[in-house]
Amino acid sequence: MNPAGGSSRPGTDGLAIETQGLTKRFGQQVAVDAVDLAVPPGSVFGFLGPNGSGKTTTIRMLLGLAAASAGTVNLLGMDMPRRFQDVLPRVGALVEGPAFYPFLSGAANLHRLDAAGRHTVPSTRKARVDGALERVGLSHAAGKKVHAYSLGMKQRLGIANALLSHRDLLVLDEPTNGLDPQGTREVRNLVRSLAHDGATVFVSSHLLAEVEQMCTHAAVMSAGRLVAQGPLADLRRAGSARIRLLTPDAGAARPVLARLGLEVEAGGVQADGEILLSDLASPGGTDGRLPEDIVGHLVAAGIRVRGFAVERESLEDRFVALTGEGFDVAQ
Amino acid sequence: MPSSVPADVPGVALRPARVPRGSGFSLMLSELRVLFARRRTWALLLALAAIPVLVAVAVRVSSSVPPGRGPAFLDRISQNGLFVAFTAMLVSVPLFLPLTVGVVAGDTIAGEANLGTLRYLLVAPAGRVRLLLVKYAGALAFCLVAPLTVGVAGAAIGAALFPVGPVTLLSGDVIQPPEAAVRILLIAAYLAVSLAGLSAIGLFLSTLTVVPVGAMAATVVVSVVSQVLDQLPQLEWLHPWLFSHYWFGFGDMLRQPVLWDTFASNALLQAGYITAFGALAYGRMVTKDVLS
Repeated sequence: MNPAGGSSRPGTDGLAIETQGLTKRFGQQVAVDAVDLAVPPGSVFGFLGPNGSGKTTTIRMLLGLAAASAGTVNLLGMDMPRRFQDVLPRVGALVEGPAFYPFLSGAANLHRLDAAGRHTVPSTRKARVDGALERVGLSHAAGKKVHAYSLGMKQRLGIANALLSHRDLLVLDEPTNGLDPQGTREVRNLVRSLAHDGATVFVSSHLLAEVEQMCTHAAVMSAGRLVAQGPLADLRRAGSARIRLLTPDAGAARPVLARLGLEVEAGGVQADGEILLSDLASPGGTDGRLPEDIVGHLVAAGIRVRGFAVERESLEDRFVALTGEGFDVAQ
Repeated sequence: MPSSVPADVPGVALRPARVPRGSGFSLMLSELRVLFARRRTWALLLALAAIPVLVAVAVRVSSSVPPGRGPAFLDRISQNGLFVAFTAMLVSVPLFLPLTVGVVAGDTIAGEANLGTLRYLLVAPAGRVRLLLVKYAGALAFCLVAPLTVGVAGAAIGAALFPVGPVTLLSGDVIQPPEAAVRILLIAAYLAVSLAGLSAIGLFLSTLTVVPVGAMAATVVVSVVSQVLDQLPQLEWLHPWLFSHYWFGFGDMLRQPVLWDTFASNALLQAGYITAFGALAYGRMVTKDVLS
């Protein structure tokens, strides 16, 4: 199910987030289908997927807001939702957009949400609220009522709420929604600095570029299923490069290619003599399989080469291949 | 690459797994602050305060009220301003008090769900049961403040427009104004207890929906239905079980000595409603998926 995920996991214990067979059904509809997430500690983990692919529902189950229909959730080594009293104080969250009392000021809202936690220390509350507001650049608007905030300011306030205490894990659902390019950049830097301080950051997004820029790991959701997971570099490589060879001698080319260690894709030989090859490890690398060498071998074996191309798949192609194209919201 | 960070990342392994828990009293304070910082709450209280003002002004500008017409106590206002408080509290029992309490109780959980703040309170983590208790305590605080507002506003406007003197109780005894003020507080307490059951119903209805207006309207409708049923002689067997049954029993606070039987029966009945609907609200709250 996840070809790239298995290799670099630091072992099952010590994961910041781990789910097994996590499933959520709403009546007949399966919103999240047997998801096995493995988020290593200290990673910046991108949780990708088109709108409606089950990202937010998964996050709700991680945080104990919704009960799982099946499967288990483990946050910071503890069972959720059973141990929410011990887990959640160490988790900062932004879930499905910010939400505040419009009739209270930004600072009053943070005071309120901080007071909601049973563990929080009242004597440091003011300092922590001010610090969080400062960190997201909202100090000047702290006393303003939230109904006068712009969407971007509310988003910043939502992030400030996630930063009210020291957190070991941050779960940020679409943190750059509604932010201008400047704000997006600030969020990226913020995420980096949080990770630098040792926190694990779990960021959901439908924007690939965003994940590419700030994440070390990623998982891809599609129609409620987890279709890929692992370090970003592995994900990139997984669908990486392929060779497109155009030749009238497809049959004869196969053994030559096999000798070079190149596999023809299943169904890769097409009627018009086009051959698609997968798993071309590092073309231009040091293993002597430069494109020109391959062509040389083919020609030397008497294969007529009409066309030859190395196609490198971008992460975006990979994303689209995994989640499907177009604007159709997953059912 | 951060994936190679060993398992001793700060907080993942080194920290004690259990977080110390405080008293959690801050949430209660915060709840009261949020409730009474809302303009809506003030509008409700102002509307309640307007009732005695209307009563007092109407009596002041009209010629003398013939005895025995209009609500009880009305004919005594022109001799003693303190009766404005009693009259206004009586007038507000069937609709105005349940209406305002319905707004506050129906808003408890549904209002937070509607704003989306419910998910952030739970992630904080407030704890579902603790949040439910705090929300109910907030509603109870309003149940006390609402009749108190009517009583205090009534006494104030009565004292401003009419003479104030000794009050003749229903039992025929006469008490001095300071003791009459105590009786006003006593009636406010009686009404607060009376509304506690309705608040529990509102709390439960509020856990069912993310549309606060729906829960508010349903709570008010329930209070009206209960009062209508209480009027039907065919349903006499049911009357002692209706939460509104003792709502008008506060006249017993105006006897010498105070008849505590009604107060006790009322309190017992309300406790039953609190238990039943509190249990329903609890059952719903701990199992519900917060998807708003």
